[in-house]
Amino acid sequence: MDLFIEQTVSGLATGAIYACLALAVVMIYQAIDHFNFAQGEMAMFSTYIAWYLMDDAGLGLPFWVAFVVCIVISFIGGAAIERIVFAPISDAPVLSHIIVFIALFSMFNSLAGFLFDFTPKNFETPFGHTPFIEGVISSHRVGMIAVTLVMLGMIYAFFRFTPIGLAMRAAAAAPESARLVGVRVGFMLALGWGLAASVGAVAGMLIAPITFLTPDMMLGTLLYGFAGAVVGGLTSPLGAVIGGFMVGILENWMGTFVVGSQLKLTVALVLIIVVLLVKPAGLLGRVVVKRV
Amino acid sequence: MASTQTSGTVPAFLNQNPKDRIFVLGVPLPLLERVGLYALLAAVVVLPMVYDGYDIYEFGKILMYMLAVLGLNLLTGFNGQFSLGHSAFFAVGAYSTAIMMEQLGMPYWTTIIPAAIVCFVAGFLFGLPALRLDGLFLALATFALAIATPQLLKYDGIAHLTGGVQGIVLDTPYPPVWVDSIVQSITGEELSVDRWKYMFTAFVAVIMFAGAWNLVHSRTGRALIAIRDNPLSAKTMGINTSIFKSAAFGVSAMYTGVAGSLFAIMDEYLAPESFTFAEAIKFLVGGVVGGIASLFGAIFGGWFVLEIPNFADLVATSLENYINNPQGLTGLIYGLFLIFTVYVMPMGAAGLAQILVHRISTKR
Repeated sequence: MDLFIEQTVSGLATGAIYACLALAVVMIYQAIDHFNFAQGEMAMFSTYIAWYLMDDAGLGLPFWVAFVVCIVISFIGGAAIERIVFAPISDAPVLSHIIVFIALFSMFNSLAGFLFDFTPKNFETPFGHTPFIEGVISSHRVGMIAVTLVMLGMIYAFFRFTPIGLAMRAAAAAPESARLVGVRVGFMLALGWGLAASVGAVAGMLIAPITFLTPDMMLGTLLYGFAGAVVGGLTSPLGAVIGGFMVGILENWMGTFVVGSQLKLTVALVLIIVVLLVKPAGLLGRVVVKRV
Repeated sequence: MASTQTSGTVPAFLNQNPKDRIFVLGVPLPLLERVGLYALLAAVVVLPMVYDGYDIYEFGKILMYMLAVLGLNLLTGFNGQFSLGHSAFFAVGAYSTAIMMEQLGMPYWTTIIPAAIVCFVAGFLFGLPALRLDGLFLALATFALAIATPQLLKYDGIAHLTGGVQGIVLDTPYPPVWVDSIVQSITGEELSVDRWKYMFTAFVAVIMFAGAWNLVHSRTGRALIAIRDNPLSAKTMGINTSIFKSAAFGVSAMYTGVAGSLFAIMDEYLAPESFTFAEAIKFLVGGVVGGIASLFGAIFGGWFVLEIPNFADLVATSLENYINNPQGLTGLIYGLFLIFTVYVMPMGAAGLAQILVHRISTKR
C-alpha cells in the first residue's frame, strides 16, 4: 500500500510536467491545427539556456533570476520561430508543416549538443532533494507540483480575464471573424507560440533536476505530453492538463505493477493509439465534425 | 495533326501517355528515363570493379538507404500517408535477419525473403489502425512508435532473442565459393568481403527498385496515387481504399525492413541505439530532399543522408579550432536542408530536375 501511495504521488509530480507539455501542445494545436513535434526539444533547449545562465562557467545567476530570464528568452524565441519559420508557410500542405517541425526537432537537438556538448549535466533545484513526507515524496517533487499549479492558474487567468487572452482565443477559434473585428491574428499566433515555448521551458527546468540535462532528455517526456493531450482532448486546455496528470499516474502504476519500467514508453504508444481509435475527441474535447 | 505524323517515328511503347509527347533536346522523355535507368544500372555493376574496401562499403550503404527511403516514398509520396516511425520497421527487418541467423542458424542470404514477409505483415497490421487516422494523427502515432522502439528492443523479456542493450554480433557474410571462383578465374584476385557485401546489397536493391518501378507504373500504383489525390473519388471509382492503404503500409514497411536486413548483414552488428527516432528523421530527410513522390528521388536521398555526416565531419575538421562537438553538425545540416527544401523546392531534387526538363523540352 505504501508503494501504491508513493507511486501515485510521484506520478502526480511527473504528471505535472506532462501537463505542462500537453498544455503547450494543445495551445499550438488550437492555434494552427498542427502538433508541435519540436515542443520537447524547444523545452530542452530553453533548459540549456537556463543552465548556462546559472552555471559558474556561464553567467552564475541565482536560480529564480535565471528562471525568469529563461522564460522571457523562450517567449521571444517561440514567437520568433512562428514569425520567421511558420508564417511564410501557413497555407502549405500538412506534410510541409510536419517536415518543418521535424527539421526544428533535429536542429535544436543537435544545436544543444553542438553548443553545450553531450555529457549529462546536473541541474540545480531551489527546493532541494530532501524528503518532504518521509518515504512518499521529495521536496523537489512538491515544488514541481506547486510551480505547475501556480503557472496553470496564471495562464487560466490570462485567457479568461485579460483582453489579450480573449483576442488570442478569438484568433484561434475563428481567424477570419477575429480579423474582421480588428484582432491582429498573426501577432496573436506569435504570442501563442511564445506562451507555449515558455510553458515548455518551465516544464524543462522542473524535470531537469530529476532526469539530468542531456539533449535527449525530453524525447520520452514529450511522448507522455502528447499522450496527456490526446487523453484529455486536443481541443481542451483543461482536458490536456487533467490528461497530463492522469498519464503521469498511469505511467507509474503500469511501470510498477504491470509491465515493469522497461516498457513505460510502449504504454504511452498504446495509450495514444487506443485513444485516437476509440475516442478521438478525448475526455473533454469537442467532437470535430467534418463536412465532406 | 503533327503528333499523329511524328508518332510513326517513335517506338510503340512510348506512345501511351502525355509524357510521350515531351521531347528533351530532341529525345522523347520516357526514352530518356529508360536510358537514365540503364545508365544507373551500369554504374551499379561497374562500381565494385573500380572500388574496394571502405569506398565500396559506402556505396552499398547508399543503396541500403535508397531502399529505406524508397519505402517511405511509396507510402508518403505515392499513397499520401505520413510516417515518422519507419525506424521501427527498419528495426523489425534488421532484427528478423539477426535472429534468424543467430537462433535458427540460417545463412544470411536466406533471411531476406522471410524478413521481408515479417515486415510486410508488421506494416500491414500497423496500417489497419492507421486507416482510421488521417494525416496529422497518423504522424503522431508513428512518432510514438519510433520513440518507443529502442526501449522495446532493450526489453528483458525478449533479450534472449534481441541481445538486449548489447545487441547482436553477426557472422561475416563471406562470398559463396562459386562466386569467388568465377571472380578469380576472371580477375585472378580473391573477392573481398566488402565487394561481396556490396554485390549482394546491389542485387537485392536492384530487384526491389525494379519492383517498385513496376508497382508505381501499374494499375495498383495508379490506384494508390488516386487514393492520395482524392480518397473520395478513388472510392467512387471502385477502389477498395482500406485494403490498398493497409497494403501500401505493408509494402512500404517491407522495403524499409529489407533495408534493415541489409544493414544488419553489412554491419555484422546491431544494437537498439541504431534504431532511434534519429534514424526515422534520416529517412524523412532522404525522402523529402530527394523528392517524396519520385523513385529517382530515393536514390538521391540515399546518397544525401549518407554523405551529409561525411560533409559535416569535413567541415568540423577544417574548423577544428572553433568547433568542440562536430557530431552536432549533422542534425543541424539535416534540419537546414529540410527547411530549405520545403521553402524552395517542395518536390525535392526530383522536382527540380522535372522543372529543368520542362524548361528545355519542347512539345510536339
